[in-house]
Amino acid sequence: MLEIKNLHARIGDAEILKGVTLTIPDGEIHAIMGPNGAGKSTLSYVLSGRDGYEVTEGEVLFNGENILEMEPEDRAAAGMFLAFQYPVELPGVGNANFLRTSLNAIRRKRGEEELDAVAFLKLARGAVKQLAMKEDFLKRNVNVGFSGGEKKRNEMLQMAILKPHLAILDETDSGLDIDALKIVAEGVNTLRDEKFSALVITHYQRLLDYIVPDMVHVLAGGKIVRSGPASLAQELEASGYAGLEAA
Amino acid sequence: MSMTTEATINELAAQKYKYGFTTDIEMEEFPKGLSTDIVRLISAKKGEPEWLLEWRLKAYAAWLKMEEPEWARIHHPPIDYDALYYYAAPAKAMPKSLDEVDPELLKTYEKLGIPLNERAALAGVAVDAVFDSVSVATTFRETLGKAGVIFCPISEAVREHPELVRKYLGSVVPAGDNYFAALNSAVFSDGSFVFIPKGVRCPMELSTYFRINARNTGQFERTLIIAEEGASVSYLEGCTAPMRDENQLHAAVVELVALDEAKIKYSTVQNWYPGDADGKGGIYNFVTKRGACRGRNSKISWTQVETGSAITWKYPSCILQGEGSVGEFYSVALTNNRQQADTGTKMIHIGKNTSSTIISKGISAGHSNNTYRGLVKIMPGASGARNFTQCDSLLIGDQCGAHTVPYIENRNASAKVEHEATTSKIAEDQLFYCRSRGLSEEDAVGLIVNGFCKDVLKELPMEFAVEAQKLLAVSLEGSVG
Amino acid sequence: MNALPTRKLEAWRYTDLRPLSAISFGTPPVAATAPDLPDLPFPRLVFLNGALNSALSTGFTHAKPFAPFAVRGTQPMALINAEHAGEGINIEIPAGQDAGELLLVSQASGTAPFAFHPRHRVKLGQGAKLTLIELDKGEGTYWQNAMFEVEVGQGAKFQHFRLQQESTDAFNTTSIHADIAGDAAYEHFSLTLGSKISRTEIEANLLGQNALAHLNAAQLLGGTQHGDFTTIIRHKAPNCPSRQTVKSVLAGRARGVFQGKIEVDQIAQKTDGYQMSQALLLSPDAEMDIKPELQIFADDVKCSHGATIGALDEEQVFYLRSRGIPEADARQILIRAFLEEALEPVTHDASKALFEEVLESWWGRQ
Repeated sequence: MLEIKNLHARIGDAEILKGVTLTIPDGEIHAIMGPNGAGKSTLSYVLSGRDGYEVTEGEVLFNGENILEMEPEDRAAAGMFLAFQYPVELPGVGNANFLRTSLNAIRRKRGEEELDAVAFLKLARGAVKQLAMKEDFLKRNVNVGFSGGEKKRNEMLQMAILKPHLAILDETDSGLDIDALKIVAEGVNTLRDEKFSALVITHYQRLLDYIVPDMVHVLAGGKIVRSGPASLAQELEASGYAGLEAA
Repeated sequence: MSMTTEATINELAAQKYKYGFTTDIEMEEFPKGLSTDIVRLISAKKGEPEWLLEWRLKAYAAWLKMEEPEWARIHHPPIDYDALYYYAAPAKAMPKSLDEVDPELLKTYEKLGIPLNERAALAGVAVDAVFDSVSVATTFRETLGKAGVIFCPISEAVREHPELVRKYLGSVVPAGDNYFAALNSAVFSDGSFVFIPKGVRCPMELSTYFRINARNTGQFERTLIIAEEGASVSYLEGCTAPMRDENQLHAAVVELVALDEAKIKYSTVQNWYPGDADGKGGIYNFVTKRGACRGRNSKISWTQVETGSAITWKYPSCILQGEGSVGEFYSVALTNNRQQADTGTKMIHIGKNTSSTIISKGISAGHSNNTYRGLVKIMPGASGARNFTQCDSLLIGDQCGAHTVPYIENRNASAKVEHEATTSKIAEDQLFYCRSRGLSEEDAVGLIVNGFCKDVLKELPMEFAVEAQKLLAVSLEGSVG
Repeated sequence: MNALPTRKLEAWRYTDLRPLSAISFGTPPVAATAPDLPDLPFPRLVFLNGALNSALSTGFTHAKPFAPFAVRGTQPMALINAEHAGEGINIEIPAGQDAGELLLVSQASGTAPFAFHPRHRVKLGQGAKLTLIELDKGEGTYWQNAMFEVEVGQGAKFQHFRLQQESTDAFNTTSIHADIAGDAAYEHFSLTLGSKISRTEIEANLLGQNALAHLNAAQLLGGTQHGDFTTIIRHKAPNCPSRQTVKSVLAGRARGVFQGKIEVDQIAQKTDGYQMSQALLLSPDAEMDIKPELQIFADDVKCSHGATIGALDEEQVFYLRSRGIPEADARQILIRAFLEEALEPVTHDASKALFEEVLESWWGRQ
């Protein structure tokens, strides 16, 4: 369970988050929508522990533990996964090697046994197949020369292999065609069970046609200004965000 | 290159330099040659205080011991410094107001497209007109004065604001900085002085228009711009000269000082006479320009469009001293016929989190040589410094040269320096595409060259961007392919 | 002796040889220790303190007796080399022959400072092939000032892989002058780990159509080491490609230098020149100086260079950490990926394996 309580955060002198409160129980998928500049990406980066964001107030509990003091890798080991809006290219780092290193680092921290190369490849190939990706995906360098769609698929592949308890999808749908969108949705939907939860950050409603959320929250001006069931997304699509920002 | 292109090029090359006329006016000239006497004479003529004369004499003594730099990729016969006039000015005394300016001079500037009459002037641009060795008129002084902005000939500033001049003159480019700067320090006769006091945004564009008219005369102007805390100013200079068979020397010095949060934007459209198609005549443009970002978050931005001069030797630079200060250099250098350009910038990162951007576009045509020479230096204390450099060269015809000589020195691990350079010719398929849409080859080349320079041209104040585009097209004439 | 170049010379502005000139070098002593030779199944020529040791060498079919020859290069160090009648290899591969691999080993050791000036000549006839693997090692204070005169005949291919692991009290200056005929290729890769001060200076002349030059290098330097890789590629014929990737990893107070000039003559239309230099500064006191240079007199050319200097990309570090990889490991992965890329131009498997092993052990020491 993720509990965000009165979260305030700033970049430099600019306060971006001005008191975000939000709870995502296990097994639920919540969507955050909102206009550009509302603080959506800031929220995802603060949750995953990126430098440059200063939390001035509030706390974030993940399964009862305050994560704000944790290093990014410890958050990953705790079961959080951030799907990046702009996945980073790693020239010279092979995809398979990267994934195995990540998986084993997480397993080690959890006191689980590390996977050997054979066992890992079996797992990875399975995931690649399930995501309808070409097998050479594993041999290529991480995100180098990938198309926008391929990068997002690669994020889903990582998620499938690392099996997080909480996935944060930061505008993963931006710039995707409908097929890629479905793959992202499927990536989330296959993980769906009573232990898994997700925070889907998106500007558009269309991703939510494929990942039906349990709740939709509207983030505007650094605060949650409205929350409601999945139908709220359709409503916003029709009426836009105007009028919400002032709230 | 197709035959038509070749033909177009030759045709275009034959076109005349538009500003090549001379003004017939009575001049006062000092005797030819350089000596301490001439330096004293210039200083006396300007009614300068003793300290400035001393400064000049020191510079002269330093110059005598120096040698002309040889590292640039430029070639010219030795300059006979004793065959030059170091001071030439219209004989009539400095007019007190525009109404008193010699009508011949007003006509000259009108012909150049720079009307000095305020009613006819470009809206929102104040102009200081420098004719050979002296400033002949400065417009909109009253409007500027109300805002607290000082914009006047530097010779006047020496008299009216000696404390400011004394404090800043030579503080960015010391008198003995280099051969041509030393020469300038010894004999500079005029130029512009700009002072923007604390917190003031200069209400209009400032502009100096330099004109060399007299024969065998060197022009040695000196410009000093100071922006105090939080001040900002946009300044533009333009330059032209008559068509003469002999080469003429222009050795200017420009110093900029930006204090905390101040911003100075300095734009140049340099269109000195480039010489004829065979390389006869033209200006030797040997200029030292440097800005000091002394204050926190200060910013100095150089934009230059260099199409004129037989030889250009200039490296507008930034000393990024203040924390978070920003330096920019946007340059288009176009050489045609026998022109030579060796130009670029130096970005010296001293303060923390300083950043610099260099965008240089070189276009070589005809038998010309065009060199980008630049230095990016990150000092040990410049943590978090950033530099991005892009320098592209375009070759038109197979008789010209395009050269790139960047120096990149990084002594701070947290700094990040990125440099990219490309050299190519105008793509045949681009040309063909344009032509198949009905453009003439010449227009197509003009279009493509303008596109190539877009990242730089968009940095110019709007009024001048259009002018610069036209200038590029005109300068390419006779070269295009 | 010709004077050592000083920093007043433009080409030497970043490399100061005063520490070298401060030492008085004697003649090489008779070598006492035998080198540990790499386990590579190739013919080898072994030089101890600059002298060919026949007992340790296997001989090579195409090796001729050493004979001094006139130096064509104008590099200052080559001129100094020319004054000293140092021994060297003299290889001539006849037309059409694939001579396979040859190991060139130089081992230096002595108690007092000494200098040696190997003068090597490698000539490949039309269509010939040779892969030369050069290993430089040593102990103590010495100066190896080597030069190579390389001629690659029409359609021939010369691969030249160097592993420079001289003593960190030693100096290595190597000048290479290569003439490359039409359709021929000179593929060079230098891995520099050793020496107090080193400089590799290559002039490669592309003399016929489709001649190719690859001048690649990686420098891994720590302590107060100084490594300089300086090249000039002269495109003197149309349609020639040239490629360069130069990577430097600098720790401690090390200083890396790369100067790469590409000259394109008027005749050299359709030149395709590409050059990339990247440096990773691992410590606040490391320094990198780069001077890529283009001098172009032909219009139908494609030439570009890129240069980056910086620390590790924090975005990348964060990305790895967000996937659960601890920070120290994340940094190590990224540095090794950087080096891995540096080895990409090495297309010869045995050489690549050798280089990888060396990188591994260098990394272990940092």
